[in-house]
Order: sequence, then structure tokens, then C-alpha cells
Amino acid sequence: MNFINQIKIAWQALLRNKTRALLTMLGIIIGIGSVIAMVSLGQSSTKGISSEISSMGTNTVMVMRASQTQGGVNIGAGNVQTLKVSDVEAILAESSNISMASPVVNASQQIVYGANNWPGSVSGVNEDYLEINKYEIASGSNITADDMRNSAKVCVIGQTVVDNIFTKGENPLGKVIRLGRIPVKVVGVLKSKGTNMMGMDQDDIVIMPYTTVQKRMLAINYIHMISASAMSEDLSELAIADIESILRRTHKIDVEDEDDFDVFAQQQMLDMLSSVTDMLTILLAAIAAISLLVGGIGIMNIMYVTVTERTREIGLRMAVGAKNKDILKQFLYESTILSLVGGVVGMIFGVGLSYAVSSLLGWSFVLNIPTMAVSFIVCAAIGMFFGWYPARKASNLDPINALRYE
Amino acid sequence: METIIKIDKLHREFNMGSETVRALKGISFEIQKGEFVSIMGTSGSGKSTLLNILGCLDRPTAGDYYIDGTSVSKLSKDELSTIRNRKIGFVFQSYNLLPRTSALENVELPLLYNNTVSSTERRERAVHALEQVGLSDRIDHTPNQLSGGQQQRVAIARAIVNDPVMLLADEATGNLDTRTSYEIMNLFQELNSHGKTIVFVTHESDIAVFTNRTIMLRDGNIVKDEGIKTLSARTALDNLPVSED
Repeated sequence: MNFINQIKIAWQALLRNKTRALLTMLGIIIGIGSVIAMVSLGQSSTKGISSEISSMGTNTVMVMRASQTQGGVNIGAGNVQTLKVSDVEAILAESSNISMASPVVNASQQIVYGANNWPGSVSGVNEDYLEINKYEIASGSNITADDMRNSAKVCVIGQTVVDNIFTKGENPLGKVIRLGRIPVKVVGVLKSKGTNMMGMDQDDIVIMPYTTVQKRMLAINYIHMISASAMSEDLSELAIADIESILRRTHKIDVEDEDDFDVFAQQQMLDMLSSVTDMLTILLAAIAAISLLVGGIGIMNIMYVTVTERTREIGLRMAVGAKNKDILKQFLYESTILSLVGGVVGMIFGVGLSYAVSSLLGWSFVLNIPTMAVSFIVCAAIGMFFGWYPARKASNLDPINALRYE
Repeated sequence: METIIKIDKLHREFNMGSETVRALKGISFEIQKGEFVSIMGTSGSGKSTLLNILGCLDRPTAGDYYIDGTSVSKLSKDELSTIRNRKIGFVFQSYNLLPRTSALENVELPLLYNNTVSSTERRERAVHALEQVGLSDRIDHTPNQLSGGQQQRVAIARAIVNDPVMLLADEATGNLDTRTSYEIMNLFQELNSHGKTIVFVTHESDIAVFTNRTIMLRDGNIVKDEGIKTLSARTALDNLPVSED
């Protein structure tokens, strides 16, 4: 009994019941389709998130104030005034793993130009901040070290600020805007970066010398944050360790006490987020795999009913010379063809679905070839595994009884 | 004369719980090439058991059975399948055609289980078999588009397509009206006249008269085995009153 004949027999048997074959396949189609779609969408979202984080600079290291407890009362992070400009200088001087560092002082000020105003979030930083955070100057120039020394009233503004303040399309460069009561000259405009993954508009920003914000706006001598850049992505772990030991020393923190600051690397964030999305992907794929299993059981069910219904046919085939293993193969091939055809249709369906969803959400579409190859093999395996029991039953029929079966 | 079937002291016993039912009690006979034998008997006479053994679907408990010189009593299941495929053509009472499958594909079926036949040859032989039963204009029809007599003709074509040494018919006219029965018997007689050995199991004596030898079974023994004067099914057909509708 050759292979082609065997396939032909199985194929003809399936064609005799097209509707049933189609309905049986539906389980596999949905199962494989959802596995492919889930894995593909999961990977698209992971890829989207990591590319967004990369755009923020993968070797960025941030030092934040940690919440503190004084006499049993948690005073939160907002009142902690321990981060100083001298910390930034110490980090730059002592750590060989840090290439750049900038103090960050945040202030909220209403921006006014002519008849327009806009709630601005001001970042008081040094001249390296833009490079650390992967901002680029679209026109004009960056703030300078001289501006720091002079507490100069200059600023670089983001595109959202430009759009809301200079509504008549004026060139912002050289214009004087008011931040609260302080007149500030616009020296540069940033290139647009769009929203970050948290949904925050990265272009709604006013960059000013930190000294200006400290002295002229807030009248404080501490800073809110340190934004630094590790020498490379791989060195960000070492950079974090350096910063922790330097700051514990400069802040005179006892060995048993906790840090009064938190250090984050962008890389950690990336790892954390991708581990979350990876887990979600696995979870969704697992749920989809269950539906695939259900599809397989559907095949077994139908094949089982089919064997009973086709008892006479099996008897006849045996009478005209089919061996037991020919019958076994026929039913195995039928279930395998069902699951393979269902698998291919499901793959097309899954790829189409993930393509549609990722283009709808603006994610980049990831086609995972290994997943598809594995799905194909899984389909064949499902067909054989779930087809085995009914096929076994068919091949064990006694031709005499099968021929007389009513 | 070439001996196609040789049965020697054939026993077949079934164990039904604690009881042993002896369906065949040591029967012996031979069938020569070109014979048209009817096996008769009431239900319970053992004729179905004998048919199953003759058809290599079942093996005897004791005794020997030779078909075309091969002893089948000790063959394995797979070897029996091959014997059925090459040497026996079955015709059943209820046709047993595959539904929603064309006459041609139904006739091709036994050849699908024979590796030595190519797909071209398979088709040619199936078309030829359908021609022999007078259905060359119905090769693409499915069973539900055919009358009972036509379906039985397709079944006969399927039985002769592998050029068996013996046709084994089991109540082949049992589901048909008299006229169609005679037509089918006429077809068997034609095939027999071309040298085909036919064993025809029936309980209807008016069908058995179209064969040329009758083996009568009762309670597992042969009670009668004799040549009979063969009636022509063609003549019987011509003598049938013309139907009124």
C-alpha cells in the first residue's frame, strides 16, 4: 500500500464530508490562529516598548530622592532635600563608569508670550542633559556652561510649547517669553520626540540652566534628581553601584540605614517591562494553546463518531483487501490532514489578525517564523495524537461484524 | 479441471460464554474452475460461517482450506487481506458502496490496496469492469443516483476488477425485486460463461436454480451436494409478465 494511495484514500474520505471536515478544522483554525496572533502581538508590543525605551537612551541612569521617615513619620520624597549639585560633581569626578551627569530641578510655571499662555514644566539642568536624554536641537543652540555660572535667563523649548505659545508661526528663536514673572529668552528649539511609553508628551518641556531655576524661580539649594549617562549600556549596573557608594558617603548614611535616594537604570526598566510583556505573551499563548488542545479533542471526537458511522465502510475496505494497518493509516492521515489544513488556515488567520491589530495600534509587525514552524509541527502531532485512538479502534474492527453493522 | 477451492474436514466452533457452538462440523468439498455453485441453507445452518471462511474473513478451528492452491488455515491477518485483495471478489446483499463516491471510484477501491497496479491501469481496469456489467455510461454517478440493480452492478464490477479466482456473493439478490434479481443472475451467468468461478450464498431456491451446483447445509453439515439442471436467467426474464406500470 503506497503512501500516495493512502493519502488519496484519506483525502477522498474527507471530501465526502466537506462540511463536517470544515467544522472539525475550525477548532484547530481558532487554536493555531490565536497562538500565532498572541505570540506575534506579544512580540510586537515588546519590540515597541524596547524601541521606545531605547529612544530615551538605554544607558541613562536616574537618581531620585527616596521617601524618608523622620521620627516614625514618613515625609515622602518631596521634602527630601539631600540631593545636592555637589553630589553630581562627586559622581562625575569619582566614577569612571559615568560619562555625563546633570542635576535636574523641576518647576511648574505658566508660560506667557503675547496673548498666549501655557502651563510649562521647566527642567533646570546643565548643558549635558539633552545628550544624556537623547534630545536634539532642531534650531538655535543648547544652554551653555556660562549660562550655569551666570544663572542666565535663557531656555530651550520643546515643540509642544512652540505650538501653543507661538501660534502665529513666529520664529521662537530670540523671543523673550515669561515664565511666571521671569522673562526668559528662547535660544533653542528641540526636535520632536513624541510621547513616551507612559503616555507623557516629551515635547512639552522647557530646558533652563539649573542655577536659574534654583535661584530665580524656586530659591532652593538642593536638586530634585540627577540624570546621568553610563559609559555604555553594559556598564549601567556598575554605574549604579558607583553612584550608590558615592552618595552614601556624601550623604553620610550609616551602614545600617537605608539609602535616601533611588537609582534606576533605563536598562533595568527595559528588562522589567520586557519581562512583564514576555510573561503576558506566555500567558496569552498558554490560553491559546488550551484552545488548540480543545480543537484537538474536537478532532478526536469527530473521528471517533466517524469510525462508528463508517463501520460498514471499514468492513468493506477490509473485505477488498485493506490490512489493519491500512485502516489505521487512513484514519490517522484523515485526522492529520484535518489538523494540518486547519493549522495552515489558522496560521494565515493568525498572521492576518496580528497584522491588523499591530497596524491598528501602530506597533511594528513581527512575523515569528520559528513559532509558525513549531505550530505546524504541533498541528501534525495533534492530528496524529488525537487521531490515534479512533484510528486504533477502526483498525481493530472485525471485518465480519463490521460488514453486518447496522 | 483446475481446483479453485478445496475444503477438507472443516470445523468452526464459537465460544459463547461457557457453551461451545459448533457452526461447521467437519465439511468437505471441492469447487472446480468455472463452476457456479450455490450454497443454501436456512439461518443457523452454518452458511454464513462457511461464507466468512471461504471469503478469508475468518479462519477455521480445524481442517484445511485451499484457495487456488494456497492453504489459508494458518495465514496471518495481513496475509488473509492480501488473499482477499488478489483472489476473491465480494458481492454483498446491501451493495456496500461508498456513499457520495462515483461508481468509478467505488470500482477502483480494491486496486487502491494493490501496489502493483498503477493509477492509469487502475482507471482502465475499473472502466473495463463497469463496461462488463453494462454501466459504462454511469461511471461518474454516485450510488444515490443509481437504482438498486445498478448499485449491485457497480458492486459486481468492484468484485471483478481485481480479476479474482472466485466471486463470492452473499444474498446478492436479497434486496432486489424479481425482475432485477433475474437481471443480476443473468449478469452472473454471463460472467460464469466467460469462465469466472462463482459461489453464491442464498436461501432462495428460485435463485439457486440459475446456478449449476447446489450445496445444501443443515446444522453445520452438508446434506446435499449435487449438480443441477441450470435455468437460463435470460429465458426467465423473457417469461416474466410485462409489468403494468
